[in-house]
Amino acid sequence: MSHVFLARDDLQRMIDALRREHRQVIGPQVREGTIVFDVLERASQLPSGVLDEQSPGRYRLVAGGSARCFAWANGAQALKPLTFTPRETLWRAERGERGEVRFVDTQPVVQPTAVIGVRGCDLAGLQLQDQHFCYGDYVDSYYNRRRRSLFIVAVDCARPAATCFCASTGDGPAASAGFDVALAELDEGFLLRAKSDRGQELLDALPTVPASAAQIEQAAREQAEAAVAQQRSLPGRNLRDALFARLESDSWKDVADRCLSCGNCTSVCPTCFCHSEGDLPTPDGRQVDHYRQWDSCFTPGHSYIHGWVIRGSTRFRYRQWLTHKLGSWHEQYGRSGCVGCGRCIAWCPVGIDITAEARSIVAGEPDARP
Amino acid sequence: MRGHSLTQQRPNPYVPHEAVIVRRVQESKTIFTLYLRFTDPVAHASYTYDPGQFNMLYLYGIGEVPISIVSDPEHEDLLVHTINRVGRVTRGLEQLREGDRLGIRGPYGRGWPLRDAEGQDVIVVSGGLGCAPVVSVINHMIRRRERFGHFTIVQKVKRVDEFIWPERYERWQKVPDTTVLVSSTEGSANWRWQVSGRIKVLDDVVVRSERTIAMLCGPGGFMGSAAQHLVAKGVPAEAIYLNTERNMQCAVGHCGHCQFGATFICRDGPIYPYPQIRHLLAVEGF
Repeated sequence: MSHVFLARDDLQRMIDALRREHRQVIGPQVREGTIVFDVLERASQLPSGVLDEQSPGRYRLVAGGSARCFAWANGAQALKPLTFTPRETLWRAERGERGEVRFVDTQPVVQPTAVIGVRGCDLAGLQLQDQHFCYGDYVDSYYNRRRRSLFIVAVDCARPAATCFCASTGDGPAASAGFDVALAELDEGFLLRAKSDRGQELLDALPTVPASAAQIEQAAREQAEAAVAQQRSLPGRNLRDALFARLESDSWKDVADRCLSCGNCTSVCPTCFCHSEGDLPTPDGRQVDHYRQWDSCFTPGHSYIHGWVIRGSTRFRYRQWLTHKLGSWHEQYGRSGCVGCGRCIAWCPVGIDITAEARSIVAGEPDARP
Repeated sequence: MRGHSLTQQRPNPYVPHEAVIVRRVQESKTIFTLYLRFTDPVAHASYTYDPGQFNMLYLYGIGEVPISIVSDPEHEDLLVHTINRVGRVTRGLEQLREGDRLGIRGPYGRGWPLRDAEGQDVIVVSGGLGCAPVVSVINHMIRRRERFGHFTIVQKVKRVDEFIWPERYERWQKVPDTTVLVSSTEGSANWRWQVSGRIKVLDDVVVRSERTIAMLCGPGGFMGSAAQHLVAKGVPAEAIYLNTERNMQCAVGHCGHCQFGATFICRDGPIYPYPQIRHLLAVEGF
């Protein structure tokens, strides 16, 4: 992949080119003290000169010295809500005069969308959600339509947060797959590389110049430093056997004493896919919207079955989440369900750190087997 | 639904199809049976399933619930569901009468290994109200009695009023080469079956050879103990099948509620070979 250079002042041209084909462009911007992904029309909306500070249970934006637009790690959400919608109607039921029930499939009308600023961790998360929703026995057409409408402009992470550990999961800090165009940000502008034909078409339409050897070296150095700077790591790439050998470990009780079972971790996780379904009838009862919305394995309702809750305590719920995320994902999807984004650490109200909990659990004695 | 929709190449698995209640039978105070027909004749004609699979039943304005199919696909034209009134949706379904409409989508999951069971001795064990799903299996085998070896039917309840189909068990007792064992933890004056605790009734099961297959249905702990007991009696672990259940919303392996180890019960179950889930059965809250 060859790199080309785009001057900082020409970033607007990329946004304009993406918008030309009736696409909406979604990009990061500062809102209410955090970075959110929303409709973007001007490059000046990007979080220029903004840095973030993240630690367990803490997330703050601070002013930074340079004009860089992507010198922060991820906020609470990025890609997931764009493809796996937090709440959407799946179908509608209508009741006729004689009690007959008619079902109407309500597929979403999807606008082609370009997303700017997607990080390596979120690309890995997207790939896992694709496997879950699109490549099983049943294709989820709601997810699939949104997914197929995406044009992705990735960004190599040059400044990971203290909560990041993508180097240990193998998903960052650079974007390596799953994008149309990736950019690495330098002070004076952007190094761009295309992965897809349509990505190359975009680059061809921009006033780029060949990147210099010094620029390429500078970007590579920043990537390497970003990987080395990460302080956290998981205690191994595949913890499946280690976790399932310790289902009765006392460490589950220890973390359950701190965990509020609030579900923040599952909401911000780019791979969590659990959702529940529900009915919303109109007041006259003639029509019902059958919807789905994000659910969490930390809620009592998640394991409710005819009159009782299987995972009645936080200990069982945290165990369900972690043994799935870091354990049985390997059997289901060929890799861990954790992409190292660190969101569950920063957005946990009590600062529970998945890397520390995993370490503490696998360090304990395995269960006695009958 | 397999091969149904005429308008889409791949039908949307989330959308139910309308069905009408042709007949309704009250089985006990809380259990009722619905005999259903799809209102679209093409849908009805092309709907096929295996015993042990389940459907999602939709009650208008309330929601969906997974219910196993108890009819015999080769002998019954109507789709039959026996339902215990336990939650919000089933309480609503209980109110429906003949002629009322509901939604169905399915069938989902893996059914009972009835083909594998042919030529072998068969033991069917059910605990408590979990007996409805195995009634279809028992009926299936009784109808094709000559294809199977010795047949043992075990039903365990805690209280005598949980034993809701005494006349069926009495009828099955008269089938040739068939043993029926029924036990309640608490007895009563008119109780003509065994009174024994936990899984003691399994002591009376005779395992003649390794060519025996067992099918279990009931609470997780009960099935775990029963499976251990049967293994000790000489039934190969891989020939024991268990019917599991969990919360289900989508039934197509997407919503995550029935996650069980590395499987989704809606897709990889609800019937599992014992070795596949043995390590999780005894784990509280898993």
